[in-house]
Amino acid sequence: MDLTDFLLVLLRVVATFVLLLLVTVLNVWAERKIVADMQNRIGPDRAGPWGILQTVADGLKLFFKEQVNPRKAEMGMFVLAPFLAVIPAFLLFMMVPWGRPIEFADGSTFPLQGADLNIGLLFVLAMSSMAVYAVVLAGWSSGSKYPLLGGVRATAQAISYEAALGLAMVAVVVWMAASGEDGVMTLSLSEIVARQQGTYLGFLPRWNIFPQFGAFLVFFIAAVAETNRAPFDLVEAEQELVGGFHTEYSGMRFAMFFLAEYVNIFSMAALGATLFLGGWNGQIDTLFGWSTPGWLAAILPTVYFLFKTYVIVFMFFWIRATLPRLRYDQLMNLGWKRLIPGAIGWLALTAVVAAFWRFDAPWA
Amino acid sequence: MTLADYLPIAIMFVLAAGFVAVSLVVSRFFSPRNPTPEKVAPYECGILPETEPAQRFPVKFYLVAMLFVIFDVEIIFLFAWASRFRDFGWYGVAAVGIFTFFVLETLVYVWKRGALDWNVSRRARYAGSQREAA
Repeated sequence: MDLTDFLLVLLRVVATFVLLLLVTVLNVWAERKIVADMQNRIGPDRAGPWGILQTVADGLKLFFKEQVNPRKAEMGMFVLAPFLAVIPAFLLFMMVPWGRPIEFADGSTFPLQGADLNIGLLFVLAMSSMAVYAVVLAGWSSGSKYPLLGGVRATAQAISYEAALGLAMVAVVVWMAASGEDGVMTLSLSEIVARQQGTYLGFLPRWNIFPQFGAFLVFFIAAVAETNRAPFDLVEAEQELVGGFHTEYSGMRFAMFFLAEYVNIFSMAALGATLFLGGWNGQIDTLFGWSTPGWLAAILPTVYFLFKTYVIVFMFFWIRATLPRLRYDQLMNLGWKRLIPGAIGWLALTAVVAAFWRFDAPWA
Repeated sequence: MTLADYLPIAIMFVLAAGFVAVSLVVSRFFSPRNPTPEKVAPYECGILPETEPAQRFPVKFYLVAMLFVIFDVEIIFLFAWASRFRDFGWYGVAAVGIFTFFVLETLVYVWKRGALDWNVSRRARYAGSQREAA
């Protein structure tokens, strides 16, 4: 690896980083505006056109606010927690390919993806587990009642739904491994996207959401719960727990938790688009036999990817405006008594169907 | 796959950590520092805190954590099988099926013992078990 390679890798990572920051600024504003519209309010409209700079204004405000050190806090852990929230959030998105790899004249390619590891999905699961530490440590180190309760609740919730999240992913991998041409399948997300190219029956895109709709349902519910979003936002149930695990955080330290939450929403939506909606694959230009100019063909995959991701992000906002918060026992019931048995059932169904499709019947 | 493939991860780690560190430190220079006893006291809806945060928790949280470990380990094994689904054939499906059955049996057992029932008072649970026994 020479200097050019290193600089290309650096460029890729910085591009991913900047993309995530921009998207977060946009998403916070979009959520406030969309939820406001759904509730017949105006929402932010002062900072910039349509209030689009509201997030920047909020960020600047928090930047100039005092960072309070609570008296009872364990300061080491207290300061470490925002780091543990932000770092896994950014690392998780590194696995997601957000455009068609750019091909150069000499045959080398520049993947529009942070890192293409063959353990991609496992890395995603690992990072979403790591995010739990931030919540636990923030809650515990604050030395205060409400953050502690919020932290303990958040842990139990996150680990409950993570099992369902993983099972939904396994079902997808089983299906893709069975439907592929050869038996070799890695957990790399770029390979998962590549395997969703083409169509079923000539018109239906070959996306996993059609054969794997059950897995998508489980994945979506678990993803909402993983990111602690309404209706599963018991972690910061204002009426019971004030601000939840970040009650004692102020200024930029609080802003970091906020940033991590929105990066996680975007990452989870991007993951959903990659696993179930074909990632950056799109058929609009090929389906109608249009001749696409080269520059458009280069940009379109990223547009497809962002569009699909934002469909899922919009669903996150939508159910937040629609559904009331669950009670804690309802949350745990849904997780352990419905979602996990359901996910295992779907996995068993997938495996048996795929086995009958690909292998000779066991009695034959 | 070589170690060099993990270089972007390392760079992103440094970038994200650096971003947080710089924001926190630089913000320190521009923000006021005026800790008053009331401000640094643990939050308690405006009144003086009288008791410490609880040191003990319902045992259910630990049960959930232990169950999670069982399921998470299962999922790791399942990924290994899933990515080589075609190679293992019916043998793999049967082996994983038996394995999953025993994990699921654990869940059913814990479920029937009431470990997954939240917000049920001890008295109500005792009354329920008495009814079952009768």
